[in-house]
Amino acid sequence: MTRVLAIDDSRTIRNLLRVSLEGAGFEFHSACDGQEGVDVFPDVDPDVVITDINMPRMDGFGVIDTLRSGPNRTNVPILVLTTESSDDLKARARDAGATGWIVKPFDDTSLVSVLRRLTGHVN
Amino acid sequence: MSGNSIRDTFFEECEELLEALVEGLSQMEESPGDTEVVNAVFRAVHSIKGGAGAFGLDELVNFAHTFETVMDKVRGNEIVVTGDLMALFHRSGDHLSDLVVAARDETVANQETEAGLIKELEGHLGPDHAEEEFSFDALTLDFDADSSAAIVIDDLEGSQAQDHEAERRFGIAFTPTRALYENGHEPLLLFDALAELGTLSVEMNMAQLPDFDAFDPAEPCISWTLDLLTQETETTLHEVFEFVEGLCVIDISVTEVPAHTQVEPADGELAPPAFDPPEETPMPDATSADSVPDPAQAEETASPGTGPAASVAGKEPRGPKATLRVDLDRVDRLINTVGELIINQAMISQRIEELDLPTVAHLTNELEAYKLLARDIQEGVMAIRAQPVKPLFQRMSRIVREASDATGKKARLVTVGDSTEVDKTVIERLADPLTHMVRNAVDHGLEKSEIRAAAGKDRMGTIRLSAAHRSGSVFIEIADDGAGLNRERILEKAIEKNLVPADAELSEPEIDNLLFLPGFSTAGTVSSLSGRGVGMDVVKNAVQALGGRVSIASQPGKGTTFTIILPLTLAVMDGFVISVSDQTMVIPISSILETIRPKPKDIHVIGTDSHVVSVRGSYVPIVDVAENLGLGKIRSDKEVGILLLVSTETQGLTALRVSAIHDQRQVVIKSLESNYAAIPGVSAATILGDGKIALILDPEELIKLAQPSASDQIAQHARMELRHA
Repeated sequence: MTRVLAIDDSRTIRNLLRVSLEGAGFEFHSACDGQEGVDVFPDVDPDVVITDINMPRMDGFGVIDTLRSGPNRTNVPILVLTTESSDDLKARARDAGATGWIVKPFDDTSLVSVLRRLTGHVN
Repeated sequence: MSGNSIRDTFFEECEELLEALVEGLSQMEESPGDTEVVNAVFRAVHSIKGGAGAFGLDELVNFAHTFETVMDKVRGNEIVVTGDLMALFHRSGDHLSDLVVAARDETVANQETEAGLIKELEGHLGPDHAEEEFSFDALTLDFDADSSAAIVIDDLEGSQAQDHEAERRFGIAFTPTRALYENGHEPLLLFDALAELGTLSVEMNMAQLPDFDAFDPAEPCISWTLDLLTQETETTLHEVFEFVEGLCVIDISVTEVPAHTQVEPADGELAPPAFDPPEETPMPDATSADSVPDPAQAEETASPGTGPAASVAGKEPRGPKATLRVDLDRVDRLINTVGELIINQAMISQRIEELDLPTVAHLTNELEAYKLLARDIQEGVMAIRAQPVKPLFQRMSRIVREASDATGKKARLVTVGDSTEVDKTVIERLADPLTHMVRNAVDHGLEKSEIRAAAGKDRMGTIRLSAAHRSGSVFIEIADDGAGLNRERILEKAIEKNLVPADAELSEPEIDNLLFLPGFSTAGTVSSLSGRGVGMDVVKNAVQALGGRVSIASQPGKGTTFTIILPLTLAVMDGFVISVSDQTMVIPISSILETIRPKPKDIHVIGTDSHVVSVRGSYVPIVDVAENLGLGKIRSDKEVGILLLVSTETQGLTALRVSAIHDQRQVVIKSLESNYAAIPGVSAATILGDGKIALILDPEELIKLAQPSASDQIAQHARMELRHA
């Protein structure tokens, strides 16, 4: 089963992601800020990470930075959740090492199709 | 989890976010320039917007967006925070809270307020605001068009209109860079996505593959040439590569168009399905092939564009404590069970006593330990229901703001002890009385600023809201530094309204307590603010329903303080098990100052039927509990019984006469009102160790019940007579 780690400080968004993704056959894990996200990352060992940008303690760029550098760097796909659809933000996310992005509010279909595209997940 | 419960979660979360917002705003005032505080405020508004977007709550999104945009400018130091702007933020926070409530209840918030606020907020955005507006439009568009599925359909329609399901052949040259892999992409998955669009053939180019010795697993050395036969448009193809743009060299061209739509035969007719990799391939040259995993370099390459993130990450963590969310029903069920446990423990104790065993000493010890454990469990469970009063107090800052706006008075709110924890139900039911009292404090308590200035006071009045635990109770005080109660006016008004006889001689506290009489209102005209048909009597009833009391203290020129005293929990209490006549009853220990076993000579008869007891030189009226409950008198001249000295808010010191005290124990409060009916003088009932039901007495009501408004007269009378004697 494809494992997802979703990092978002909004309980509502975490819930929405959980419902969408568990419904689509993903194994769902979540963390409520960037720091917790990178802390649980080794234990969860996800196939894909979804992260919000604006969070307390460590923001989404911090998450990408931590996962993409240092001794435990990983190539696991990282999707950025953003309310902004600006090219600038997308470019920044990509430069930081993000694999892709999802613009909030998202719908189930596009979310799942993006995740399938990045992980090869089969429903 | 159903859609509805996610929605509920959203509104729950909104409440927390709004609290964080209010707290953040007040912190912004306390420590201006603290960027983390501004960030927290921004995040609160932003999260509300994000969630609201998911549920299509456009009004909420709209306003949150404007609010957030201004906050973002503050965050970026583009706007300087002034007192006026802070006030605007507070009002915007209030309106955001209204919008959340409106969205939840599916009503509409005040649109006039909204229009005004948006205008004011936009006023801070400066000349480049038009651009902001535009980017917001882009965002709303995204709402509908976000789903790539929708885009595909659009494109499909377009292409169908043009091409009539015609298939075209595309040639795609794809050369990934190292960053493509580092960013977590997998070419195979891209090809899978392409294969879903039509018939795909893939050819791998290994010309760049180095010798085995020079092979670097981190460096890409393979490129691909793909051939796709599809009905899709080129745009759709580019969408597949959306995420890898800039991370690879990609070239898409039409190699074969359908026969009937051959518009431009020159364009790539019979172009070779495969072609050479582009010249400007960013593949590493031979020299970099030996610089394998250099951690320093890796660090460097992965860092660009993450500066701000790093600085945030480096900050001291301010994350929330780990918490667990539990359904309230479950907690309440647990509390109920613990209540049963305590009753059960009492029963076991009693049964063992009844056995009359010769050696029960060690058993008694074990039982005592059991009792302590049961109490620990009970306290632990109660602590789960306890919540800090902070959110409740925070809401009051809005009330003060609105009240001072409406009255033209200047007022600030100071809160003390807002981490004091109180039972959740108490907090919920306290919101309305507290709102009313705070509003009153501004409206009636404080003077106008000119009058204050003339009296040598700070022009700005202070409402002080404090909470504290004291001797097993929760004390909540609402104090203003206004003019104090106008007792003359209060008495006048009470006489006018026939609440007291015209010749009544009342003490200052008695006059103050007139405020709590039903139908009392001191305002000359009913102001739009306080006069909402709710009097202090309603406040008092609400507090009493929680097992609490309200009292007033006022000093002319210095202000008025209302004190609400509440029990810590609504479920269990410590009580004396007493007998009254032949009935077993319970009286709350918290209300008893001391117990007296009087000698007959200490009891004095006043008039024909009233008794007082001399306690260390002063005389205290005696109220016979049995008599007041209609159980007959226990008084024979020889049997004086036991007196429980209680201090009540309205009746002063009084001695309750009962037949005997049996035990001191923790009892579980069972509502009488919900199981039977309200009985004056009785607050609730409990189940005793022998399984019998015992009534829990309410001393204050009991004394009042005795002789309505007479017991104090008796007391006064008694004092006078004794003084003359």
